[in-house]
Amino acid sequence: MKFIFDSDSWQEIYGSIRKNKVRTGITIIGVLWGIFLLVVLLGAARGMENGFKKLFGDFATNSVFVWTQSTDTPFRGFQKGRTFRLKEADIEILKREFEGEIKLLAPRNQTNNLITHDFKSGNFQVCGDYPVLDQIQKKKLIYGRFINENDMLTTSKVTVISEDMYIQLFDKGVYPIGAYVKINNINYKVVGVYEPSNTINLDGDSAYIPFSTFKRVYNTGNNIDWMVITAEEGINIEQMEKDVILTLKNLHNVHPEDKRAFGSFNLGTQIAKLTGFLTGMQFLTWFVGIATLIAGVFAIGNILLITVKERTKEIGIRRAIGATPRSIRQQIILESVFLTTIAGMLGIIFGSAVLFVIDTAFGQGPDAALVNPTVNIPIIIIAFATLVVLGTLIGLIPAHMATIVKPIEALREE
Amino acid sequence: MIRIEKLHKSYPIGKESIHVLKGIDLHIKEGEFVSIMGSSGSGKSTLLNIVGLLDIHDEGNYYLNGELIKDMNEKKAAILRNKFLGFVFQSFNLISYKTALENVALPLYYKGVNRKERLEIAMEYLEKVGLKEWANHLPNELSGGQKQRVAIARALVTKPKVVLADEPTGALDSTTTDSVMDLLKDINNEGMTVFVITHEEEVAAQTKRIVRLKDGVIVSDELTKNTNSVSHV
Ligand SMILES: Nc1ncnc2c1ncn2[C@@H]1O[C@H](COP(=O)(O)OP(=O)(O)OP(=O)(O)O)[C@@H](O)[C@H]1O
Ligand SMILES: [Mg+2]
Repeated sequence: MKFIFDSDSWQEIYGSIRKNKVRTGITIIGVLWGIFLLVVLLGAARGMENGFKKLFGDFATNSVFVWTQSTDTPFRGFQKGRTFRLKEADIEILKREFEGEIKLLAPRNQTNNLITHDFKSGNFQVCGDYPVLDQIQKKKLIYGRFINENDMLTTSKVTVISEDMYIQLFDKGVYPIGAYVKINNINYKVVGVYEPSNTINLDGDSAYIPFSTFKRVYNTGNNIDWMVITAEEGINIEQMEKDVILTLKNLHNVHPEDKRAFGSFNLGTQIAKLTGFLTGMQFLTWFVGIATLIAGVFAIGNILLITVKERTKEIGIRRAIGATPRSIRQQIILESVFLTTIAGMLGIIFGSAVLFVIDTAFGQGPDAALVNPTVNIPIIIIAFATLVVLGTLIGLIPAHMATIVKPIEALREE
Repeated sequence: MIRIEKLHKSYPIGKESIHVLKGIDLHIKEGEFVSIMGSSGSGKSTLLNIVGLLDIHDEGNYYLNGELIKDMNEKKAAILRNKFLGFVFQSFNLISYKTALENVALPLYYKGVNRKERLEIAMEYLEKVGLKEWANHLPNELSGGQKQRVAIARALVTKPKVVLADEPTGALDSTTTDSVMDLLKDINNEGMTVFVITHEEEVAAQTKRIVRLKDGVIVSDELTKNTNSVSHV
């Protein structure tokens, strides 16, 4: 191992590389390209993944949304085209029937209202919600808290408003918690201000009030606009979606085959599709990168082999003046490893530079297509180690070829 | 220094094999200056290569510095070459991308001498062959005679016991031949054993002993008049 740290070994490599600038350049490009592709593609894939992750943000990704539309099949004496509403009673039944499968269930009602504070006003969405909503989509609260059980029980007139509403309705520097805003001319006490998530967003700028309060104020009776269901860990969300809708069809006298009566959106399946796509992309990246890398390393081995042939005479001379086969082999392997690693490093540097440019160009801002396109240090280290190993292995062949020729035959070579 | 007994060497050519050396007996003592003459194909180079451990013999015994050369592996041969032998070739065999100085220093590299010391010693030897000013020139910037002097400096730099030269003047004109021969004579006067192959009678006449080969056997082996004029070592 000493020879690696010997300045003379490097002197020799320098000499041989200087002599063969073109072939050195060409071989380096092969490996460089492989590593470059690997870094850039992995980085881009990572960036895309981060982008998706950011898109789903704090949203529970195994959620299903269910709402009602109108029937498309007559059933049990009902005409087709009938409209109907989800009921509060449905909630209890679903919770009971799907015990252990449904993790969270949030029934929701929504409307649009004028909201005023002092002389400022704006038209906003108002949502009647259960406290559990906070667990489905975590609200980033800047001030105060979200709606709680107590608000529900006491049907308090409290509201949690968005940051934008706060800015629009309040004077600068006024502390919002405890202040009153008028929603549809009724006073509500502000208990929280949240920062709207810039990712998947159910409600936009909404004022949240307790579900029970909404029911009383807007007189919605037992009606529910729609609901969000999340599944327990390990539950097949797609199957659960089907089963829940079938149960609801039964409760609402809808034909089991009715395609229009219930609308639903399954975030889990959508994400699974994207994840599958991402996995595919990463697999492709690895495949392309590694194949290129191997091709590059083989090119290096091949070129070294050619050089060894070209240098047969020189190697013969060296052996005549006392070079042991071992020192010749070491030299060639060191050269191979050196070329591969230099190429690898250049590839990583160029790749990182490209990722940096991509990041600056497309990776910033809330709507970025690629977020933080980076490659893990461990991956780089693994790639690098692989290069050294491959460089050594591939160098073994020309190294062996260089020493199987008898020195006298090598010298006779012209 | 070199003792050869009933040495045989054949080269296989297809199914046949040609018998090149047919029982050579030769004893060269330390400090001798021997030339080998003989027609082309008589086996001179073959003999020198065997002596130089670049090739192996089939039969007979070869002792180098008292050591029987048998079942040599490449590593051991390389070490012995580096320690005892210096080579000078007809075609110089300098490494083209290394300067004269680096070429001369190369055997010391394989001997494990550090770079600074190596270059100092190499420079000393270049000075000795009168090429100090040419130290940083590449071989293709040197004349044939200069190249051969570099090659000689390279052969000497490890202070070998024997210098083996295969037609060292074969590619040179008569003036440069003389300067190369003067150099070899100087080395020999310092006590080094010198063993040269040549076709030229004038060259052979400058050595102390002439061995004539014909068809793989020694036909004559005599001392020249130089033997008396120069002190016997
Ligand atoms: N590697 C080899 N394979 C086959 N035959 C060989 C080989 N080397 C030498 N010979 C043959 O051995 C014989 C002696 O060759 P050698 O090179 O020793 O002659 P030489 O006396 O040096 O001749 P020259 O004066 O032309 O250099 C020749 O007939 C040559 O063809
Ligand atoms: Mg010859």
